[in-house]
Amino acid sequence: MTVVGEGRRVDVRKTYKLYVGGAFPRSESGRTYEVRSARGAFLANAAMASRKDARDAVRAARAAQPGWAGATAYNRGQVLYRVAELLEGRRAQFVADIRAGEGLTGPRAEAAVSAAIDRWVWYAGWTDKVAQVAGNANPVAGPYFNLSSPEPTGVVGVIAPQRSSLLGLVSVIAPPLVMGNTVVVVASQERPLPAITLGEVLATSDVPGGVVNVLTGRTAELAPVLASHMDVNALDLAGAVDADGVTWGDLEALAADTVKRVRRPQGDAEPRWRDEQSLAQVLAFTETKTVWHPKGT
Amino acid sequence: MSLFEYAPAPESRAVVDIASSYGLFIDGAFTEGAGGSLKTINPATEEALAEVAVADETDVDRAVAAARRAHERMWGPMPGAERAKYLYRIARLLAERSREFAVLETLDNGKPIRESRDVDVPLASAWFFYYAGWADKLDYAGYGPNPRPHGVVGQVIPWNFPLLMLAWKIAPALATGNTVVLKPAETTPLTALLFADLLQQAELPPGVVNIVTGAGPTGAAVVGHPGVDKVAFTGSTAVGKSIAKQIAGTRKHATLELGGKAANIVFADAPIDQAVEGIVNGIFFNQGQVCCAGSRVLVEEPLHDELVDRLKARLGTLRLGDPMDKNTDIGAINSARQLERITDLSAAGEAEGAVRWSADCAIPESGFWFPPTVFTQVSAAHRIAREEIFGPVLSVLTFRTPAEAVAKANNTPYGLSAGIWTEKGSRILWMADRLRAGVVWANTFNKFDPTSPFGGYKESGYGREGGRQGLGPYLVEGDVR
Repeated sequence: MTVVGEGRRVDVRKTYKLYVGGAFPRSESGRTYEVRSARGAFLANAAMASRKDARDAVRAARAAQPGWAGATAYNRGQVLYRVAELLEGRRAQFVADIRAGEGLTGPRAEAAVSAAIDRWVWYAGWTDKVAQVAGNANPVAGPYFNLSSPEPTGVVGVIAPQRSSLLGLVSVIAPPLVMGNTVVVVASQERPLPAITLGEVLATSDVPGGVVNVLTGRTAELAPVLASHMDVNALDLAGAVDADGVTWGDLEALAADTVKRVRRPQGDAEPRWRDEQSLAQVLAFTETKTVWHPKGT
Repeated sequence: MSLFEYAPAPESRAVVDIASSYGLFIDGAFTEGAGGSLKTINPATEEALAEVAVADETDVDRAVAAARRAHERMWGPMPGAERAKYLYRIARLLAERSREFAVLETLDNGKPIRESRDVDVPLASAWFFYYAGWADKLDYAGYGPNPRPHGVVGQVIPWNFPLLMLAWKIAPALATGNTVVLKPAETTPLTALLFADLLQQAELPPGVVNIVTGAGPTGAAVVGHPGVDKVAFTGSTAVGKSIAKQIAGTRKHATLELGGKAANIVFADAPIDQAVEGIVNGIFFNQGQVCCAGSRVLVEEPLHDELVDRLKARLGTLRLGDPMDKNTDIGAINSARQLERITDLSAAGEAEGAVRWSADCAIPESGFWFPPTVFTQVSAAHRIAREEIFGPVLSVLTFRTPAEAVAKANNTPYGLSAGIWTEKGSRILWMADRLRAGVVWANTFNKFDPTSPFGGYKESGYGREGGRQGLGPYLVEGDVR
């Protein structure tokens, strides 16, 4: 017990909650689980999201999707860039989170946070360029105007990487946001704290509520809900390779029932996230729309 | 009764020789199949046209092995400029032999000769011509320098546009340096087999294209073969889902072009004559057996009665009958099974309370036929408004505001195509932004071009065919999932 006036005080600790629809609910199930550091020390009781929480998150993502996709590309770019500004402001907390969670040294944790922020900026800059790079006019053999352009797929379920809890996370949630998808992300099961902090950053940014929804809990419980949910249009299975009790092929098979677009894990283990920055990661969550109109007088 | 009577104007079938039986085309030659045979018939007369070999798993295995050898030793290492010249040859040969292909397509499929002659075959040739030019320009296609093919591609195609779907599949696959094992539909294998004969004329190296005929089990063997690196499928959503499930957890890639339930949205200010023609073309082209068919008309309420009257008047002038007759508008349904599905769903439409109107036309005594049919007073919950009928059956629904039109158009698990009819440009663009469909035709419908990407949103599948985007799924660097 610290006595006021003696220079020490009791710190105010954070309650770790979900981030759904722009709010921070606890799991409707009331469950939590212990998050421990790489060295085994107690860090937090995180919410253990239920199937119902996952369905609520999908509903929030669906509700937010038309508005986010309907914003101008310039506006989405500014809003996403603003997130990078806020990430920079929270640098110290992210460094502390991943030092504890991933067991990194201070300099390596700093480098990972820097890479994550830079990555966010890189993707933010794509919003008003993807259509120019991936879309085109088509010279059809007839008197028609014909234009193809990429559009967002819709609601994307993301299984975040299990090991790389911030750089990996950013590498899979920023790309689908670029073109106007909304995201439900299942955070790293053992290392969820950076994802929760990121939710807090997003809540104070200009990203509308529901555009990103963060679930913490057991990947094996939550991923099948997203994979089989009729209102989820695409899945990123990046984090399914190292998750307890999860086989990515089973999730892909569930997704087949609704013809979801599935971005498979690219290998049998997590990639080196430092290298995983690509336009393909954005295009994986787009649809080409082609519009025809006759020309005439 | 129609205002004008026409004398019969049948196209001659002498231009094509149909053999009594056909083998499989593997490694550049026709061979026996180990899975027995099936009979393909003319759906307009039910006359048997030929016996066609059925490929079993061992045959598929031979075909995949031939494709692998051809990929590794010949087609893969070949410079793009050389591959291009083979594809140009194919395009030219298809044009030279166009009448033969058109007649055979109509005999085997039942579609009017006017369509096979003016649409299917010319577009198939154009498809090869377009992709031929890409073969040595892949570095410029937007997939990075020196993009690589997957290897061996397994392709399964439907019966509604047998030759055209073959062209959509084979042309981009070969242009990008893949080799192919293709399974045509069981009811329409003949133009694919004639195409094999054309490949021999083109002297395409053995094994680059292999054609294995058969039914569902043959297709499943192609999809499931461990030597197949990529699967491309056009067909029903149910089969597409089973393919996606079959390859889940593997490193096989897939392109799926599945079903649709397109809305053709007609505003009160639409150019009404063009809209009527577009709606008719949208649902009665190829007897409505088109995945992107405009099977739901959404008409702005004040225009409803006038539009329905005009549609009926126009449908009354369509000529149903002998597909080989050059004046025929509506040919035969492809199979007894398909006719049964159309008949059942139409009966469900009546049973659920929609009002049925069918054109008054004489139905030939043999063959599979269904008259152009329009349902009015259709609600969004009716089966005919939700399920893909794949026949000449149109459902008419109404709307009051553009937002309601968008909501109704998107209220389907499908998302292949959509139509918009209005003279107001800003409204077209506003609607086009909001329609969740891969192809949006504004003041036109059912237009296709090799330069123009085609493919669906949602349960209508993924991947695109046509255009620059049609190369991506056949390239490792362009396959983003």
